[in-house]
Amino acid sequence: MIEISKLSKAYGDAIVVRDVSLILPRRGVTSIIGPNGAGKSTLLSMISRLLPMTAGTVTVDGLDVTQTPSDILAKRLSILRQDNRVSSRLTVRDLVEFGRYPYSKGRLTPEDRAHAARAIGYLDLEPLADRFLDELSGGQRQRAYVAMVLCQDTEYVLFDEPLNNLDMKHAVGMMKLLRRAADDLGKTIVLVLHDINFASCYSDYLVAMRDGTVVHHGTPAEIMTGPVIRAVYDMDVEIQEIRGYRISNYYL
Amino acid sequence: MRKKDLRPICVLLILAAVAAAVIVLFMTLDAKGRWDFILPFRGMKVLSMVLVAYAVAVSTVLFQTVSHNRILTPSIMGFDALYVLIQTGLIFTMGSAGLTALDARLLFGIEVAAMVAFSSLLYRWLFSGSSRSLHLLLLVGIVFGVLFRSLSGFMQRIIDPNEFVVLQDRLFANFNSVDANLLAISTAAVVAVSIVAWRLTPAYDVLALGREAAINLGVDHSRVTTVVLILVAILVSVSTALVGPVTFFGLLVANLAYQIAGTHKHRFILPVASLLAIICIVGGQLVLERVFAFDTALSIVIEFLGGIVFLALLIRGTAR
Repeated sequence: MIEISKLSKAYGDAIVVRDVSLILPRRGVTSIIGPNGAGKSTLLSMISRLLPMTAGTVTVDGLDVTQTPSDILAKRLSILRQDNRVSSRLTVRDLVEFGRYPYSKGRLTPEDRAHAARAIGYLDLEPLADRFLDELSGGQRQRAYVAMVLCQDTEYVLFDEPLNNLDMKHAVGMMKLLRRAADDLGKTIVLVLHDINFASCYSDYLVAMRDGTVVHHGTPAEIMTGPVIRAVYDMDVEIQEIRGYRISNYYL
Repeated sequence: MRKKDLRPICVLLILAAVAAAVIVLFMTLDAKGRWDFILPFRGMKVLSMVLVAYAVAVSTVLFQTVSHNRILTPSIMGFDALYVLIQTGLIFTMGSAGLTALDARLLFGIEVAAMVAFSSLLYRWLFSGSSRSLHLLLLVGIVFGVLFRSLSGFMQRIIDPNEFVVLQDRLFANFNSVDANLLAISTAAVVAVSIVAWRLTPAYDVLALGREAAINLGVDHSRVTTVVLILVAILVSVSTALVGPVTFFGLLVANLAYQIAGTHKHRFILPVASLLAIICIVGGQLVLERVFAFDTALSIVIEFLGGIVFLALLIRGTAR
């Protein structure tokens, strides 16, 4: 369980996240949605200790993220941000094996290699395993990073806009994969998503943010309604139920 | 062991053999006279060259890992310029006579302290506010470099011409006038730094993934970065104190090392870069002494080659 209490982030006078208190349930997929500048990514960065908070606390299974040693936290919680740039030249396998660093501290055991091989297989990266990252397409590289994070084998996995740069086929593939990881491996997955339809179809729980605060949270059925979406996005959208999923048509 | 892992080991062994050969050649070639004079005399030269090579190579690679780029080096950032400023300031205030009277070890201690203070000040100042301003750090470093150079330039212009000659002699890379006391204390400093530096080796690989990925993998990013910057400051002090500033040399060997090591692991890159540096300096000095008969300074040759590599890297766009 991730417990967020009275969390705020301010840059000078600009408050990006304002007094957020929230409990993210264990297991399953939770998506954070909201318009640009709502503070979604900032919230995720603070949960994952990438960014210090101005006020408030975050605990993961009772461990305060700012107090707990980073290497202990790295075995429980992992995060993948949007733009990842590496200065050294790595193959996909090298990158994925970095996911074992919290356990092996750079000295890989056969068990670590097996973990990495499994993560590579899970993302269908075997044919690309020995290619260099700079030789891959954006989508392939994204999958390599996801494999690294899965290889880290943490209970909580956080993704900041994992669908960026992915075409619709790969976007659906990515969401199915995350869903599968939550169901098969019992992970708790927290996503920041822009597409509310993906969020609706693949999440167990939705958190809607606006102007640095959480305006609504609940199951997709509770959030995917006309009034709630209007309150979050200032937009009137039509919501239909297709095969049991609530889909909004916001294109027109 | 996988096949891929064998390449760096082979590269390492070949380079070690070449380095050993160059050192042996340097010690024995054209030895006319008594061995009990030649060996200690040349041995001291070799030791100082090896120290400088190691210090420059390790400091450059570590600095580039921490700053996530392959173009900027400590010297481009103004670390050397500070050394020049300290030297100029000393001669300006005390005169060359006063400086020679001063104990070499004390002088070295002052220089190292000044360098470490400078780098940690710069670091703390820039990192206390926000956590993502490494670009700002680099920019400020360049501005500092210009400031230090201008200040030294100003003092050098108004200094007594005779003093200026003494100063210039100190500031040009030169392996023929190394002080034995200085050599001992430099060796101690380099050994101490190495012990700290090698223990962190796996963390450097992770650091190269970027700040956020490193934190995600449980590396204490700000602590490791601080430690590395302090180590770099000490290593740069050692190399500049021994031979004076060499701007592009680190860039040359670090980038060659990335190319030929065939791995991202610092466990291999650091020794490969050090061995390359030893081969370049000792080999260069050998050619200089035997072919050009001491007619030119080694730094001129190295700066020429390093400068060309620097331009080539800029043009190829590795600057990211």
